Amino acid sequence: MNDLRNVSSSPHVRAAESSADLMRWVLIALLPAALFGIWHFGPKALLLIAVTVLVCVASEYLYEKGMHKPVTIADGSAAVTGLLLALNLPVGAPWWMAVLGGIFAIVVVKQLFGGLGQNFMNPALAARCFLLISFAGRLTDFTYDAVSGATPLAAMRAGESVDLTSMFLGTTAGTIGETSAAAILLGAVILLAKKVITLRIPGIYLLTFVIFMALFGGHGLDLSYLAAQLFGGGLMLGAWFMATDYVTSPITPAGQVVYGVCLGLLTGVFRCFGASAEGVSYAIILSNLLVPLIERITIPAAFGVAKAKRGKKA
Amino acid sequence: MGLLTFKGGVHPYDGKELSMDRAITACPPRGDLIYPLSQHIGAPALPLVKKGDRVLAGQKIAEAGGFVSAPVYASVSGTVKAIEVHGTPTGGKGDAIVVEDDGLYEEAPLPTVKPLAEMSQEEIIQAVKEAGIVGLGGAGFPTHVKLSPKEPDKIDAVLVNCAECEPYLTSDYRLMLERPEKIIGGLKVMLRIFDRAAGYICIEDNKPEAIRILEEACAQETRIQVRVLKTKYPQGAERMLIHAVTGRNLNSTMLPADVGCIVDNCDTVCAIYDAVILGKPLISRVVTVSGDGVASPGNFECRIGTNVGVLLEAAGGLKDGAKKVIAGGPMMGFAMYDLDVPTTKTTSAITCFLHDAVEESPSTACINCGRCVNACSEGLVPARLSQFAEKGDLETFEKWHGMECVECGCCSYVCPAKRPLAQVIRNARRMAMAARKKQGGR
Repeated sequence: MNDLRNVSSSPHVRAAESSADLMRWVLIALLPAALFGIWHFGPKALLLIAVTVLVCVASEYLYEKGMHKPVTIADGSAAVTGLLLALNLPVGAPWWMAVLGGIFAIVVVKQLFGGLGQNFMNPALAARCFLLISFAGRLTDFTYDAVSGATPLAAMRAGESVDLTSMFLGTTAGTIGETSAAAILLGAVILLAKKVITLRIPGIYLLTFVIFMALFGGHGLDLSYLAAQLFGGGLMLGAWFMATDYVTSPITPAGQVVYGVCLGLLTGVFRCFGASAEGVSYAIILSNLLVPLIERITIPAAFGVAKAKRGKKA
Repeated sequence: MGLLTFKGGVHPYDGKELSMDRAITACPPRGDLIYPLSQHIGAPALPLVKKGDRVLAGQKIAEAGGFVSAPVYASVSGTVKAIEVHGTPTGGKGDAIVVEDDGLYEEAPLPTVKPLAEMSQEEIIQAVKEAGIVGLGGAGFPTHVKLSPKEPDKIDAVLVNCAECEPYLTSDYRLMLERPEKIIGGLKVMLRIFDRAAGYICIEDNKPEAIRILEEACAQETRIQVRVLKTKYPQGAERMLIHAVTGRNLNSTMLPADVGCIVDNCDTVCAIYDAVILGKPLISRVVTVSGDGVASPGNFECRIGTNVGVLLEAAGGLKDGAKKVIAGGPMMGFAMYDLDVPTTKTTSAITCFLHDAVEESPSTACINCGRCVNACSEGLVPARLSQFAEKGDLETFEKWHGMECVECGCCSYVCPAKRPLAQVIRNARRMAMAARKKQGGR
């Protein structure tokens, strides 16, 4: 009989689910959008996805090796960042831009702030915004298959009509992963079914956005206009996959509601009154910055505490 | 209507099938029996015997050291060998009376008891106090103190906690199946103290047989009902139980009596029956020995003071390579480093595991997923609390209601990053409480 037994503080059991399991489900849920993008935009899309995923995983590995920190690429978070970044790029983006974006996302946005769980902005979106500012022309050129690529949102801005069915299915211009609302919603169903995310943030986000657009979009309750705004641009991808990023969203339940409202309002403001037809990326990045503030004002009342306080003061 | 429950909680593997069908069997003691003077919350008991004295089973060997304290009784006959410092199953150390068992089990004469109907409320509480009864579920709070609230007239619900939500534990379940008359009888004693109260026997819905038996047993009782609860950990936590059954909420600064409730555990209520109706002091209890690390799991009637090693042998002994032995269940129990300790009044189980999930789950960075928030029965944000605690920021820790934590362990259990949230929060609470005491003392 061995006399050395393990001692630790309770509880002595752990649930099976790990962080890596969660990341794996996010990757799986992103597959429909990625596969659709590859089918729709061709092999160049596959190349970009491969480049960003590889670069993100490699930069995390090299940075952590170089800094003598434990290597954490097995948790899948770098791969998720890489895939999300590719899905946020137009198919015409050159490969070196994808490399640059990947390195920026992992090294500057994530690792310099302490690695997984410490970044205050979504790495993929921050990298996209970085590229958007640095190479505005290349990143807003949505030409594919030699078709001049006005995105549906840009077309709507220009007063043209759009085809809702093709917007829902995704056979329109846009970034690799954002065009197909159908594929993204399929992924969202996977995330919801696996309880990786809840409806709270994306639901409130989309609801707030729709209400805002109905009030200020200039088309009132025109359902096809509202539907086009919902399916157009990066809203679906942003709401289901990037606004729900654990690290950069509030942890308090009430904070998640406030965060969703902020996202909806900002997206609406950017789309209605901004210079560009699109605004999801900036809305999410800005809201990311508000998270610490939001959490501070939404500390949940503990069980039985709210009532007791009222009683004490009375 | 849905089943009675609370918000939050988790569903760990309950392991109850290992021992739920094993009837309670006696575990004969062997070797010396050790009686720590502090088997309860409050002042340690004061020894009434000295080295060389002969004692009988059921003889009081230490008296209560104050109002919040409880006497200790010998559980065998024999000779007092020493009064010395000894370890306890929960990892502490303290003075204990060591009795050499003479194997005769000669019993001290029982006091004559009055019929319940003729006893005054004070006499009932005195009988409970005299029998050395404390919360046998694990907390060890002296029961007579619980039964003496400031305003007894305001108590309208007496809850018998038969939830037994802690995984692997089946001692309460077996009591419900085998001794339902004691549970009902003990509850009736309590209802004599609180004339206005209704009695509720609270059972989780994963124990249909126990529910059936107790519903039958209390069918003729006008003041007693069975309440069926949803199976969820920590359903048996006092605040969660009160909320589920009565809808009332209490926080860390309140006692159940503040919301008109008295809560006692299933085996505590059985002990009340023994004490008040039969005049028997608390000298034995039912202990579950279970887990994959023990050869033959079961439920044992064990004389208090019996060595834990002897108890493990009654269950077929520890298997080779058993990595972890826990006093209590896996969610709130204490990992034991030494098996040469006695079972005490609050030892409800010994669980043994071949694998240590804690060792096998190295902790990684928090990803802020919020699973701990959903699991927390107290509505707290364990991820933040542990961050504040790690930084030593007790002020923010308290602002985020860290002192409301009941240390149920749900947060650590669900954390996908396997962070020891409950442990870190527990430490911070201890530090904050120590700081409060220091300030209060000045």
